[in-house]
Amino acid sequence: MYEEHKRLGGRLIDFGGWELPVQYTGVMDEHLACRNAVGLFDVSHMGEVHVEGTASEAFVNYLVSNDCVKLNIKQALYTEMCNHRGGIVDDLLVYRRAKDRFFLVVNASNSDKDFAHMKKIETEFTQKNPNAGSLSVTNESSKYTQIAVQGRHAEAIVQTMTKTPLSPIKYYWFDEGTVLNGIPAIIARTGYTGEDGFELYVAWDKGPEVWRACLEAGAKYGIKPIGLGARDTLRLEMKFPLYGHELSDETNPYAAGVGWVVKPNKGTDFVGREAVLKAKEKGLPYHSVGLKLLERGIPRQGYGIYTADGKTKVGEVTSGTQSPSLGIAIAIANIAIPQSSVGTKLTVDIRGTKVPAEVTPTPFYKRPY
Amino acid sequence: MSFPNNYKYTKDHEWALVEGNTVTVGVTAHAASALGDIVYVELPEVGRTLKHGETFGVVESIKAVSDLYSPISGKVTASNAALVNEPAMINQDPHGKAWMVKMELTDASTLNNLMDAAAYNQFVATLK
Repeated sequence: MYEEHKRLGGRLIDFGGWELPVQYTGVMDEHLACRNAVGLFDVSHMGEVHVEGTASEAFVNYLVSNDCVKLNIKQALYTEMCNHRGGIVDDLLVYRRAKDRFFLVVNASNSDKDFAHMKKIETEFTQKNPNAGSLSVTNESSKYTQIAVQGRHAEAIVQTMTKTPLSPIKYYWFDEGTVLNGIPAIIARTGYTGEDGFELYVAWDKGPEVWRACLEAGAKYGIKPIGLGARDTLRLEMKFPLYGHELSDETNPYAAGVGWVVKPNKGTDFVGREAVLKAKEKGLPYHSVGLKLLERGIPRQGYGIYTADGKTKVGEVTSGTQSPSLGIAIAIANIAIPQSSVGTKLTVDIRGTKVPAEVTPTPFYKRPY
Repeated sequence: MSFPNNYKYTKDHEWALVEGNTVTVGVTAHAASALGDIVYVELPEVGRTLKHGETFGVVESIKAVSDLYSPISGKVTASNAALVNEPAMINQDPHGKAWMVKMELTDASTLNNLMDAAAYNQFVATLK
């Protein structure tokens, strides 16, 4: 894939050991191409883990906070994976490929840490449940390339490459079929941009071929390759959290705004359940909310948030940018709960200047189709 | 990427056009391209005196914040207000319309720190 990115003029940076393009033509241009037409993403750096065996459902359900028992075959879900302290090891997607076969997709920069955590939890699970059945947890990251086609024309483009009917695949569902000349693929209607779109998982050595085919099929729709820069601004406009910004090994999922994927009443225990609930009962230190700046300036990760009069610190920016779609500066910020409700006027300390801001509803961006 | 022959340059990628005692300052096409889409710029007020190498403002792209360093010692006589409202001009015309400040030179010896276009070209080539 490296050669493909070089050929397209991608500006490459080291990202968790992968040479990845931060941008091709420019963050603004790429961002708007994805919003208004369609974007192509090489996400092959993501980590893929196979979980198989008769105990796989019980294991995955113990591993993650969301309820995987309810998950149908060919359905996917977004979830957190917590540690025993109630912090977040990572966020991930769980795809159910069969009754006892799951496909877990984690963040690139965390994949070694995540896999080590999964193996630790596997041991713990097996000790607690000696009669649970067969279980294998294997890191398959090096075997897959993931390519995402995101934007309003994604379905039309991917449909030219596969016989699998795409329109019946609902959001957060997938199918298994082939693309191009019989290349086996997981074709999932998932993504992290806020657009309709598909994520294709194929064997690692088929990546360049599928990538080029997407560019060709997408040409008439104005498809553009999208780098990490625009990937970040696209997710930020949706207030989708990112590990290292909104999520960390110390973050409580309720504070981070991902409490909706914590299912304490799913009927079985999961790693971190007790600690997560205890912290919530004790009172969370902050909520992760959306902010927009009311005057010029760009909030960045780590900038302090103060009350409107600028006197009392009430939080911190976790992600911030100039929103390419909205033309205003936006941020995701951890803010003390009394100041975190929509409409609250605050200030952001931008290099010593307190710039007025307001807590705003999220997502910042809603797709018009 | 070409850099005007009549401009002088710094290693921090500012350019300076010296016309008698007046020095016009901006950032180079190399800086603009490296930063990417510039969406914010902060410039000093007229009347401020700056030492060579002192921070006089900030440019921000979507991803990064970058300080601006004064190429000379002098006093700010004009600040490009149009640029503040249209920071993208720095990407479009870095060596022309996107000038940032005009300064009155107070210490001519600070000009000796600057590179000519050929030297800057070579310097940029070493960065790749």
